[in-house]
Amino acid sequence: MTAQLDRVPDVDEPRRGFSLGHNGRWMVGFIVAGLTLFVLHRFVVPNSPDGVQQFFKEWLPMTTMNEALVWMICAVGLNIVVGYAGLLDLGFVAFWAIGGYVAGWLMSTFIQAVNPGFYFLSSGIPDQPGIHLNWVLVLVAAGAFCALVGVLIGAPTLRLKSDYLALVTLGFGEIIPQVILNAEGATNGAKGIAPVDQIAVLPFGPSTITIAGQVLPISQPLGPFDSTTRFLLFALVLAFCVFVSLRIREGRLGRAWLAIREDELAASMMGVPLMRTKLTAYAVGAFMGGLGGVVYAIHVSSVFPDRFTFTISITLLAMVVLGGMGNVWGVMVGALVLAWFNSTFLPQFGDSFNSTFGTDINFPSFNILIFGLALVLMMLFRREGFFPEARTKAVLSEPERSDDEEIGGGLS
Amino acid sequence: MTITAVEAADSRKSPFAGFDFERVAGLGLLSVLAAGLIYNFFLNPTQFVQVTLTGVQQGAIYALIALGYTLVYGIIELINFAHGDLFMLATIFTTYLIAGAWLWQPAEAGAGGWLWLFGSLAVVMVLCSLINVAAEFLAYRKLRRAPKLAPLITAVGVSFIFQWVGQQLNGSGQKNWPTVVPATGGIEIGPVVLEWKTILVIAVTIPLLLLLNFVVQKTRQGRAMRATAQDQDAARLMGINVNRTISFTFAIGGAMAGAAGVLFLQSFGTTRYDLGFQLGLIAFTAAVLGGIGNLNGAVLGGFVIGVIQAYNDGLPFSPGQKWSQTAVFTILILLMVFKPEGILGKPTQEKV
Repeated sequence: MTAQLDRVPDVDEPRRGFSLGHNGRWMVGFIVAGLTLFVLHRFVVPNSPDGVQQFFKEWLPMTTMNEALVWMICAVGLNIVVGYAGLLDLGFVAFWAIGGYVAGWLMSTFIQAVNPGFYFLSSGIPDQPGIHLNWVLVLVAAGAFCALVGVLIGAPTLRLKSDYLALVTLGFGEIIPQVILNAEGATNGAKGIAPVDQIAVLPFGPSTITIAGQVLPISQPLGPFDSTTRFLLFALVLAFCVFVSLRIREGRLGRAWLAIREDELAASMMGVPLMRTKLTAYAVGAFMGGLGGVVYAIHVSSVFPDRFTFTISITLLAMVVLGGMGNVWGVMVGALVLAWFNSTFLPQFGDSFNSTFGTDINFPSFNILIFGLALVLMMLFRREGFFPEARTKAVLSEPERSDDEEIGGGLS
Repeated sequence: MTITAVEAADSRKSPFAGFDFERVAGLGLLSVLAAGLIYNFFLNPTQFVQVTLTGVQQGAIYALIALGYTLVYGIIELINFAHGDLFMLATIFTTYLIAGAWLWQPAEAGAGGWLWLFGSLAVVMVLCSLINVAAEFLAYRKLRRAPKLAPLITAVGVSFIFQWVGQQLNGSGQKNWPTVVPATGGIEIGPVVLEWKTILVIAVTIPLLLLLNFVVQKTRQGRAMRATAQDQDAARLMGINVNRTISFTFAIGGAMAGAAGVLFLQSFGTTRYDLGFQLGLIAFTAAVLGGIGNLNGAVLGGFVIGVIQAYNDGLPFSPGQKWSQTAVFTILILLMVFKPEGILGKPTQEKV
C-alpha cells in the first residue's frame, strides 16, 4: 500500500525537467521586459536614427513607464485588499495621497522650522532648511504611516457588510484629499509641496561609473531627465511589493485572506480571526499604497492635492479587476496596459488619426467612455479578468448567493 | 436548545443597547453639535431660519435622488453608482428643453413659462426612467445572481458611460443657464424670504413623494415590488413577474432622478458633467442615514442631510463651505460606525 503510493510521484517527476513554475515564468517575463526597456532607452535609442527615436518618444516614453510603475505598485497594494481579502476599497487614493505627502514632508524644504536642515544620507541640494532623508527611509516611513492610517480607518469600519464598507472607504477617499487641500499649515493647500528632493542610486560611493561608454550615476543625484535610472529604482520598489504579495499569499495569513474572501462565516467558524486578518490586509495594502505615493512624488518631484480624485481609486480598481483579481501578475499587466493606454496611447492615437484623416476628434475625451464600456463588458462576459487565478475563476463563475432570501434588503 | 439560540441572538448587542463607550461617544458628539446649533441660532436668528429654508430646498432634491438609490438597493441590493450620473444627465436634458440650449429660452416667467416647465418635467422624468430601465436591462439584469462585486463594478462602468454622454453634451466645464423661476426674490415673511425656487421645489417634491408612497403602498405593482424585495423566488411563485417589477422599480427611481434634475437646474442654474458623482454620493448618504430600503427614511435622510449641509455652509459659526464634503462624509462614516441601519431602518442580521 505504502509502496504503491510512494511510487506515483516518481513516475511523474522525471518527465517534467527544468520548470520555473507559474510564478517563475511571469517573473522572468517581467524582468526581461523591464531590462529590455531599460537597455533600449538607455543604450539603443539614443544612438538610433531620428525616426526610431521619435517613435519611442511618442509611443513608449520613459515618463509613462515610470508613471505606470506607480500605478502598478498601488494596484498590487489594492490587490491585497480587494483581490486577496475580498474587501471592496473605493478610496485607495487616500493612501497614495498620504504617501505622497509623507515624501513631501520628509524630502523637501517644506518644514521650514527645521533650520538648518536635517540631512540623512540624502542627495537633495545641501544647506537648505527642512528634513531631507534618504528616499528608502522615506519609503519605509510612508509605508508605516499609511499602514497605521489604514488600521485606524479599518478598525471601526471593517465589521460592516461589504457594500457599506465600500461606501465608507469611498468616504475616506473623499475626505482625505479635502483635508489635505484645506489644512494649509500641514500641506501648503492647493499650492502643494514642490520640489521634492532628487534621489540617487546609492547615498555613497563613486559619483558615476561608465559601462559600455555610458555614464551611469551612482551617488550623483539623478537629474530631472534621467527617467531611465529612476525606472530601475522604481521597478525595484515594485519588485519588493510583488515579492511581499507572493510570499504572504503562500503563507498562513494569505490563506486566511482567501478564506475570508470566499466565505467569511465559514472562515470564522474555522478559527480565522476576522477583524485581525482583515486589518492586516488593510495595513499591508495601505503600506504599498504609501510606497506608490512616495514613488509618485519622486517621479513628478512634487505633490499637489488636485491630483487625488475618486477617478484614481476607480482606475486602480479597474486595473485589479481587468487584470484578474488575486493574481499579482495579471494585476500588474492590467495596471501597465491601462496606465499606458490612458497617458500615451489614447492621445497619440488621436493625434495620428486626426492628422491622417484631417479630422478634429478629441480622443482623450473618449477615455471615460472606453473605460466605462470596458468595465461593463468585462463584468458581463469575463468577470474573472484577463489573467485570472484558477481559484478566483472558480469562485466567480458560480453564483455566490445560493440563499435567495439574501437578495434584496426589503422595502418598507 | 431553542432558548439558548434566542438568548444568543438577544445578547448580540446593537451599538445603542448597552451603556458602552460608543453610546457615550455618540451622544457626546450629538450634544456638541446641538450646542453649536443653539449658539448659531442666538447669534443670528434670521440667518438661521433662512439657511434652514435653503437646506430644506437642497434636501428635497437629495430626497428625490436618494429615493432612486433606496428603491434599487431595497429590491436588488445594488448600490447603483450610476444613479447620480443619471441625475446629472437629467439636468443637462433640461437645459435642452427649457434653458435655451435647443428649444426654448425663458424670456419671461409667464404662464407659458410654467407650462413649459411642467411639460419638460414630465418629459425629463420619462426620459430618465427609460434610460434607467435600459441600463438595468443591458447591464445589471445578467448579473443579478453574480457575486456582489460584479454588479457594483458594472454600475461604476455605467456611471462612466453616463458621464461621457454628459461631457459630450455639456462640455467639460461648468455652464450657467437661465431659469424659469426668478433666481432671487420670493414671499417675505418678516425678515425671512421664502424664495420662489424653494416654493417650486417643495411644490413639486411633496406631490411626487405622496404619489410614490401611494404607488408602493396601495397599488398592485407596489405590492409586487415589496414582495420581490422580500423574497424574489417566493414572489415568482406567487405569479409576480419579477423582471418586470425590477424594471418598474428602476423606472420610478429614474423618474425621481429626472424630477430632481429639473428642480436642480431651476434652483441653481448650473450644469457640470461630473456633478452627479458628488450629489449622488451625498444622496446615497441620505438614503443610508434614513435606513436604506426604507422610502420614508430616504426622504427624511435627504432633508436632514440638506439641512446639515446648509448649516455647515451658511451659518456664521460653522466649518464653512470648503469643508462641505468632509462634513457630509464624516456623518456617513460616523453613521456607519454607530448606527448602520439608519434612523428608520431595522437592524438586519446576517443569514447563513
